Amino acid sequence: MILARVVGNVVSTEKHPQYRGYKILVVQPIDPEGAPKGRSFLALDGVQAGVGDTVLVVDEGGSARSVLGDEQAVTVRTVACGIVDRIDVAGKAAKTARH
Amino acid sequence: MKLGRVIGTVVCTQKLSSLDGLKLLLVQPVDETGKDAGAAIVAFDVARAGEGDLVFFEAGKEAAQANPNGWFNPADAAIIGIVDAVNVPGKAGRS
Repeated sequence: MILARVVGNVVSTEKHPQYRGYKILVVQPIDPEGAPKGRSFLALDGVQAGVGDTVLVVDEGGSARSVLGDEQAVTVRTVACGIVDRIDVAGKAAKTARH
Repeated sequence: MKLGRVIGTVVCTQKLSSLDGLKLLLVQPVDETGKDAGAAIVAFDVARAGEGDLVFFEAGKEAAQANPNGWFNPADAAIIGIVDAVNVPGKAGRS
């Protein structure tokens, strides 16, 4: 799973029918301290996340279908599957995710 | 999924029958601000996209499943949708 922050969303009308009804999030991977790490990408929203939320993202088709509860969504691969409340790193002060 | 901009088309006459009838487009991955992010790739199109369109695409084995000719085909990137708008608070939206 990938730790990431939601930085925006994408609006699309003309798309594959399996993506209808799902919110598309722009997510920026972060390190445990919250600093951006690597390139942003898109994920479907499986947990009602919004901009500013720290989320867990799965990037694997089978898991993504489970999160969405839709076995027909065979082309879906990347889904936000959790909203992070807090990250504890050994030896460092706990970090509460910004909401 | 990633954002990309369609920068051209690829024409391929001699190909596997599972790719028949599919449009192949050259896609430049971009970030949410529209800046290039990595090398261009070839993706087949199921969203009726064209040159200049901002799109989102799926990569990996899941992309092959979007092929209307069946799932058993050698594709690893598929254009899934055309982007109307990218909303990133604090930055100008792109469309």
